[in-house]
Amino acid sequence: MTMEKLIELKSVAAPLMEDAIDTDVIFPARFLLLLERDGLGRYAFNERRGGSEPFILDQPPYDKAQILVTGETFGTGSSREQAVWALADLGIRCVIARSFGEIFYSNCFKNGVLPIRLRGDEMAHIETAAEAGEEITIDLPAQEIRVADTTIAFDLDANRKRALMAGLDEICTILSDDADAIAAYEKRRASETPWLVLAPEQFGQIKTEEDAA
Amino acid sequence: MSPRTLYQKIWDRHVVTDYGNDEALLYVDRHLVQEVSSPQAFATIEKQGRKVRRPEAHVAVADHAVPTKRDGRRFADELAQAQVDRLKQNAKRHDITYLPMEGDRHGIVHVIGPELGFTLPGSVLVCGDSHTSTHGAFGCIAFGIGASECATVFAAQSLRQRRQKTMRVNLEGGLPDGVTVKDVILALIAKIGTGGGVGYAIEYAGSTVRGLSMESRMTLCNMSIEAGSRVGMVAPDEKTIAYLKDRPLAPKAELWDAAVADWMSLRSDEDAVFDHEITFDTSALVPQVSWGTTPEHTLPIDGVVPDPADIRDDGKREKMHRTLDYMGLTPGTRLSAIAVDTVFIGSCTNGRIEDLRAAAKVLAGRKAAPGIRAIAVPGSATVKAIAEAEGLDRVFREAGFEWRDAGCSMCVGMNDDRLSKGERSASTSNRNFEGRQGIGGRTHLMSPQMAAAAALAGHITDVRKYL
Repeated sequence: MTMEKLIELKSVAAPLMEDAIDTDVIFPARFLLLLERDGLGRYAFNERRGGSEPFILDQPPYDKAQILVTGETFGTGSSREQAVWALADLGIRCVIARSFGEIFYSNCFKNGVLPIRLRGDEMAHIETAAEAGEEITIDLPAQEIRVADTTIAFDLDANRKRALMAGLDEICTILSDDADAIAAYEKRRASETPWLVLAPEQFGQIKTEEDAA
Repeated sequence: MSPRTLYQKIWDRHVVTDYGNDEALLYVDRHLVQEVSSPQAFATIEKQGRKVRRPEAHVAVADHAVPTKRDGRRFADELAQAQVDRLKQNAKRHDITYLPMEGDRHGIVHVIGPELGFTLPGSVLVCGDSHTSTHGAFGCIAFGIGASECATVFAAQSLRQRRQKTMRVNLEGGLPDGVTVKDVILALIAKIGTGGGVGYAIEYAGSTVRGLSMESRMTLCNMSIEAGSRVGMVAPDEKTIAYLKDRPLAPKAELWDAAVADWMSLRSDEDAVFDHEITFDTSALVPQVSWGTTPEHTLPIDGVVPDPADIRDDGKREKMHRTLDYMGLTPGTRLSAIAVDTVFIGSCTNGRIEDLRAAAKVLAGRKAAPGIRAIAVPGSATVKAIAEAEGLDRVFREAGFEWRDAGCSMCVGMNDDRLSKGERSASTSNRNFEGRQGIGGRTHLMSPQMAAAAALAGHITDVRKYL
């Protein structure tokens, strides 16, 4: 099982220069009723689109952008992974922000999207380049952003970098690397904190007649 | 061993594999499953041909999409019906306990987890919902995850995680009359910002916290995520134990005694060092109300709508203009002069029995202002039954409220309870984001008492006048 690999991106970066864009804005709640995870890009930023001025991701050249540049705590709020699925469906593979909502940040890695935190002058430089429509290169192996003759390094957990580059699915990785460790842990838990182990028969008293039928 | 915080102790107990650099495979004891974040997770494991590793570690319940006016018929919204049906089918197929909407254990995931005794101190609990931080009130590590991680928990009962930094928030001095823990957490978020807790697991401590009921501790931990923290927690004490005793899924007999002995020892070491520590005097706090579109846009009830002209930073000034435009507010307006048309009392933040009692106390013998649409939505069927046994439903109805069945209701605009464009609510929920309660809806966050007072006055007002 794999997801799309990410090695290098070359793209203009869409500037969405606003702080605290939450996942309700990225993916409004009423579309959460859909059971799919593909094709959700059409609902992204729904309430921000269709106004008198085209939304940034609908304006050329940013309608083809693979990179989004934004402000503080992007993706704060609800854990809905639809926010990442929708951005990925629009072709966004990298989000550069001053900071992120933590669950959104974590969700990105499960979907081949690279979130990068930058601050200060480095962030200001990227904002300027994004607004000028310059091409930006994201070099994941080198952990570098290159724009014109400037190179900016970024931080990333080693495990997450490896997973993005190889397009590894986390379930497959865990079950191939750690299956024995999980089984050993469960054995240890049963002896050290046995009250945490739920026995199926404990559920008897909360089952309803409907379930029993 | 060097001194450790409560978070570190529970973390250490759950490390399956240590990858170094504070990264680990962390074991997950409990998983609450709801209809919104689970369909794609079930689909993922089915596509990979995998089974749910430990079906008994999961409990499924539909809360977000369910209507709160239920008549036993199929939902008017077919998409919502299909989502709830899918949860039921998935739970059945994977041998996971499903709590039906009609049953007496139904409710919002974060209300029923503790009610069942599914939430236990010292455990790691997850749910595909950001308000999972609620459960940390019991002294466990509880955090919200996305759908992909839900799939990982189904298949592997563990998650790759990075250990959080730790922050202790000392709340001291107790609470004045008319002021609740909701006011405390709103004031705290206003102080540290919605990004103030990012990267940290928060432990709430201090005399104010020790004095709080379990329900209030849940409200406190619930809104940790609005300060950016996935994890909020309170060390277990005799209140925690008393709450859990005899709950259906709590341990029994000798196992209970062994568990209690362990739980009572679960606390941060005296000399444990937190990465960050703040102390907040709550003794003179006044009721709080949000005015904007993030929870940090909160001010004391005697405040006025802020003026963008006072903001130096261009980006922040522009954001405030946008916010005031969305909220339909003019700088300088007194918060207590803002008229509301809708009042919502409920949600995983404030839908517990204590919240309904507090609101009912304000409403008793009084009537909502003309034209107010007010709904009271218990957080669970259990809360509803207790409230009805105490006659609270009558108090709400007589005051002009609708009395509903349990669900997330107007906290999240994906069921029948929504604001229309331009409508304005006094709401006990947790988020005042643009569109959160419905497209173009305007939300003012506050405590249940304050929301009840707003219903009576027809505008935001200081509940202390009604006590």
